[in-house]
Amino acid sequence: MAEQKIKGYQTGTFVVGNRLLDPEQRSTQARTERSNTLTSGHRACQGCGEALGARYTLDAAMRASGGKLVAANATGCLEVFSTPYPESSWQLPWVHSLFGNAPAVAAGVAAALKAKGREDIRVVGQAGDGGTVDIGFGCLSGMFERNDDVLFVCYDNEGYMNTGVQRSGATPPAARTANTKPVGPEPGNVFGQGKNVPMIAMAHEIPYVATATVAEPRDLEQKVERAIGMRGARYIHVFVPCPLGWGAASEDTIRLARLVKETGIFPVFEAEHGELTAVSKIRRRVPVTEYLKLQRRFSHLFKPEPNTEVLERLQAGADRNIERFGLLADDEGADFPGEATDLARPPEKEQGPPPALVEPDTDSNTSMLLKETHGKPR
Amino acid sequence: MEKPFAITLDVGSSLANKTGSWRTERAVYHDRLPPCNHGCPAGEDIQQWLYEAEEGGEGYERAWRKIMEDNPFPAIMGRVCYHPCETACNRAQLDEAVGINSVERFLGDEGIRQGWRAEPAAESSGKRVLVVGAGPSGLSAAYFLARLGHAVTIREAGPMAGGMMRFGIPKYRLPRDVLDAEVARILDMGVELELNSKVTDVLEPLEAGGFDAAFLAVGAQLGKRAYVPAGEAAHVLDAVAMLHDLETGEKPLLGRRVAVYGGGDTAMDAARTAKRLGAEEAVVVYRRTREAMPAHDIEVEEAEEEGVMMRWLSTIKKADDGKLVLEKMELDETGFPQPTGELDELESDSLVLALGQECDLSLVEHVPDIEVEDGVVSVGSDLMTGHPGVFAGGDMVPAERSATVAIGHGKKAARHIDAWLRGGSWEPPPEPELASFETLNTWYYSDAPRTHRPRLDTVRRQGTFDEVVEGFDETNALFEARRCMSCGNCFSCDNCYGVCPDNAVIKLGRPGELYEIDLDFCKGCGICVAECPSGAIRMEPEEI
Ligand SMILES: Cc1cc2nc3c(=O)[nH]c(=O)nc-3n(C[C@H](O)[C@H](O)[C@H](O)COP(=O)(O)OP(=O)(O)OC[C@H]3O[C@@H](n4cnc5c(N)ncnc54)[C@H](O)[C@@H]3O)c2cc1C
Ligand SMILES: Cc1ncc(C[n+]2csc(CCOP(=O)(O)OP(=O)(O)O)c2C)c(N)n1
Ligand code: SF4
Ligand code: SF4
Ligand SMILES: [Mg+2]
Repeated sequence: MAEQKIKGYQTGTFVVGNRLLDPEQRSTQARTERSNTLTSGHRACQGCGEALGARYTLDAAMRASGGKLVAANATGCLEVFSTPYPESSWQLPWVHSLFGNAPAVAAGVAAALKAKGREDIRVVGQAGDGGTVDIGFGCLSGMFERNDDVLFVCYDNEGYMNTGVQRSGATPPAARTANTKPVGPEPGNVFGQGKNVPMIAMAHEIPYVATATVAEPRDLEQKVERAIGMRGARYIHVFVPCPLGWGAASEDTIRLARLVKETGIFPVFEAEHGELTAVSKIRRRVPVTEYLKLQRRFSHLFKPEPNTEVLERLQAGADRNIERFGLLADDEGADFPGEATDLARPPEKEQGPPPALVEPDTDSNTSMLLKETHGKPR
Repeated sequence: MEKPFAITLDVGSSLANKTGSWRTERAVYHDRLPPCNHGCPAGEDIQQWLYEAEEGGEGYERAWRKIMEDNPFPAIMGRVCYHPCETACNRAQLDEAVGINSVERFLGDEGIRQGWRAEPAAESSGKRVLVVGAGPSGLSAAYFLARLGHAVTIREAGPMAGGMMRFGIPKYRLPRDVLDAEVARILDMGVELELNSKVTDVLEPLEAGGFDAAFLAVGAQLGKRAYVPAGEAAHVLDAVAMLHDLETGEKPLLGRRVAVYGGGDTAMDAARTAKRLGAEEAVVVYRRTREAMPAHDIEVEEAEEEGVMMRWLSTIKKADDGKLVLEKMELDETGFPQPTGELDELESDSLVLALGQECDLSLVEHVPDIEVEDGVVSVGSDLMTGHPGVFAGGDMVPAERSATVAIGHGKKAARHIDAWLRGGSWEPPPEPELASFETLNTWYYSDAPRTHRPRLDTVRRQGTFDEVVEGFDETNALFEARRCMSCGNCFSCDNCYGVCPDNAVIKLGRPGELYEIDLDFCKGCGICVAECPSGAIRMEPEEI
């Protein structure tokens, strides 16, 4: 999908909507008819980034699939806060898997739909970082390897938050967790461990891999739409701050997501078939301390004295990303989020026709799917 | 109990779970006062009219009408106002202030081009008000009084309306067709203008003419004289008189080399006018430094562009035929200029004094309860003089002297006169909290460097009174309007609606009603407040 550059509109495309834009150019989140896939009354903490990331992602997927969407969800905060018996916040057909097998369950749903000749219905698998990079990783790699027709989304809050903040393979170095501190005097997570699942997904050479943050909903929406427009295994890794687990103010959720990109700590990019195709440029570069100092999980780096050695190592990690992904804009000023440097885009693999981008018809999916599978509308 | 296969229990919706009960603080929409509005001496609602202009098309007329609610002279303001709004503009802290004045001029010119008319006057109050002086202050008061339903008569001493906008500000800064058009619009509302009618004693028309109240706005017409010993053949004249004469068709004889004494805007205008009248050299002599000069930077800059020369730190000891004797000054520790005794000469055929203006207040001389202090008339915060029903404003009262301040006084006086005539008093509405730069989230604004108005080529400024500063075309005006960050006021960017993790922001989608917080579900996280670009939401503690 072509990126929309909107100049001279006061806020360009940075904000969610913009009254000066054609309705067509407005984001999904700006629309009164957005699906609110994850509706109000969920029990996520104040300012939860994961709840926000899930709504951004699934509302865009609902719109792109015309409301024909099923989600399989691993155990974790997202599942627990959305479905305490007897309430559910989900406004789409949604199945809860185990902690470790969401990619397999999603692949199974996709296979079943294929067997029924209903490949028009699209499948999303979703999990936290624990469910994705740790316990669910075998299933995920299998799903990638088989090129199952699933869009898998990881909501990365850098730890096992639902069980009280333990370390995961996505917890960054130096971050303190509640009860998985390393042995020794240093409370922070060790350097040199953990894994970069977006890069590992690229190594599977699946059709589409992207990273995004909740600070740039338009960018995230465009990536979801793009992914829904493709067939085969697709992966989006969304950075979602967790105020509780990180010891951050609830109002800082989006600020943190913005800073993680602007520091270079979390590169935002797209890749197809194993090749990097686009990166989101840094707009206003800031040192990593700007990001770290807002979070209590890093507070031991600043008191009693700044731990310059560790801070420098973290800065070096960010600098390496900047170098590696080419995150700096060549020319200052002409910078819009989601504005991508187009690297060579490899030709798309034969995947069957992508579904058209259509508006959801409101009473569609739930009733229709249930009719499909159970023969009787509810 | 009929359930679909494999479903044994009813699924309820989480909407039953009112998570709003977790909250200790709530998000509240809250308009703050934009610094531009705060800085405008005429009290224009700049943010609001830029908001309308941003839409382009029909938004221009809405924007123009918004200006007209506070200032009847958009096209004039867009040329001569010293735009303190831009000095206050928050965007200056991001890149450069919004070109408010340029957009105002575009709208004002559009108003003239399209022939937009002022709102018709309100129903007649049956009261008659006398306005003395048809300068910006008097005209503004007349306009607002007419809007409020009063019958207004302006008595003007001179042959034409406009005051210093006509007899002071030269044509190359304010073309007269623009002035005429905006004055005519006020007269079209039914305001009566009596020219060549100097008021010598204000009580006379009040008592004899059947007026219920009066607004005095006679300005400061007299050039201040400083004692400069002058030889018999020295040619010394006064800047305001010179500019006045030029307007009435008399071309002052200045000679080849002209010296102007003074450091204010009038000095700049006198020197620039001298250049246009054919002087080869125009030199401004000022006793302090450029930094200390009261003239606005832009005037000094344009004067220098036109070849006006400056002699800083100099006073004139003596004027003779063809030359001046100057004394060099030096700043003391307190920054005050002190004579050095060192003399210098400057060749000049004439000397123009531009040392400020004084008021001719003879019309109130015989009114015992009107107090005059330091050459200006004392007024209360309601602009009423000591004499009940007689109000005053503009250059003749103690305030900064500018057309915009004068216009603001006219509006303010009209409101107080209206209230006074109706037996009440007018209280200005309480000022909301200022939308400081810190309340904004400027991340969201596009990088958009300012567009400046082009200026006439200096060659084309010689010998003509053509307008120096050119206007914006629509594209530039729209771009500049859209640079506004809408400080402190919602501009419907949908950010709050998008960023709430709890869908607790309702988008009403009705004009004028933008969003509402759904208190059933607002958990009080504060993300909407943090991410609102314009700082139009704030957290308020919940009463627990
Ligand atoms: C050369 C010059 C350049 C300037 N440039 C600018 C500028 O760029 N921007 C800006 O904002 N300001 C500028 N000013 C200042 C500005 O023009 C004045 O502050 C403003 O015009 C004051 O308005 P006013 O209505 O109080 O008085 P005036 O404009 O002086 O109008 C007073 C009117 O009252 C009339 N009058 C006087 N006595 C009587 C009487 N007894 N009976 C009847 N009528 C009478 C006069 O004829 C005159 O028409 C400039 C001033 C000068 C002198
Ligand atoms: C096999 C298994 N082990 C452990 C758990 C307990 N458990 C539930 S959620 C969770 C952590 C979830 O972390 P993550 O996937 O990152 O999601 P988050 O809660 O952070 O969103 C754990 C350990 C479980 N449910 N199943
Ligand atoms: S613990 Fe973190 S991820 Fe879980 S609900 Fe709270 S904020 Fe969201
Ligand atoms: S950005 Fe707009 S609202 Fe803010 S001070 Fe400048 S002109 Fe006024
Ligand atoms: Mg997690």
